Amino acid sequence: MSDDFQEQVQRARQQGDYAALLQLIPYARLIGIECSRQSDELLFRLPANRDNIGNPLLPALHGGVIAGFMELAAALHLLIGTGSPGVPKIIDFSLDYLRAGQFRDTYARCQVCRQGRRVANVAITAWQSSAEEPIATARAHFKLEESPGP
Amino acid sequence: MEQNPVFERATRFLSALRHCQVLAMNVHSASKDGITLMLPYSPQIVGNPQTGVIHGGALTSLMDTACGMATLCVLPEFEVCPTLDLRIDYMHPAQPSKSVYGFAQCYRVTTDVIFTRGFAYQDDPEHPVAHVVGTFMRMGKGIKGSKDFAGAIKGEQP
Repeated sequence: MSDDFQEQVQRARQQGDYAALLQLIPYARLIGIECSRQSDELLFRLPANRDNIGNPLLPALHGGVIAGFMELAAALHLLIGTGSPGVPKIIDFSLDYLRAGQFRDTYARCQVCRQGRRVANVAITAWQSSAEEPIATARAHFKLEESPGP
Repeated sequence: MEQNPVFERATRFLSALRHCQVLAMNVHSASKDGITLMLPYSPQIVGNPQTGVIHGGALTSLMDTACGMATLCVLPEFEVCPTLDLRIDYMHPAQPSKSVYGFAQCYRVTTDVIFTRGFAYQDDPEHPVAHVVGTFMRMGKGIKGSKDFAGAIKGEQP
């Protein structure tokens, strides 16, 4: 399992095909996150899925799913973008909900604001209709696994 | 498990939230002093296939729901209260194969905003997996559709 995971991380990095890697993460399959490379950036997509609805009145996506999507996007962004041997561990996560997440596709993009040897700070923006109108912004700190030295 | 009006209202509210049903979340206890939800361990919420540890996102869903539902404990009538912001500090990874409990309470209620805080734990509430603070907006009782929903949560037949 562990070797397979490493192999899929390598393959994702080299070939820009992330589906097989995401298949190995149960929570990624549960919410249905997708990932693609757009020019030099990773774009994450959460297709509309009834199982992700929280508020049945609007209907709106569950705030926790939006958070989970953004947190997972940040972890994957680091996993794919850095030489991290395993899934980075989350230290803290803070998010601001700006608009209701409607029952439609959601997108997210991440930016590594600072990457030290042990800790990384990542900013995440999520939107639906246009990137200029985010539904939520978040920032997270992750503990990086130190790669074995040479 | 205690039975009281807040507990029953909370149980009906939770059963209306689809994603919480998918996660098989349930109300462990609820009173005027706060609410505790339970998230059972399940292979589908694992975030790290190498360790079997559940993903922070599932924990965030638990705590967002717990903090949001803590408003039911203090408001005399149901109001729609969307989350303004949420912050989670992860103390240590949750142990695989064990349920996670999420406790939340309101520590300040104003006319527009409700401040909540809580923590997630497994065996020992003194040894939390995560600490949480969340702020919620009070939208009042007049939001479209909320009257029927409020009635359903009270246990009224439509």
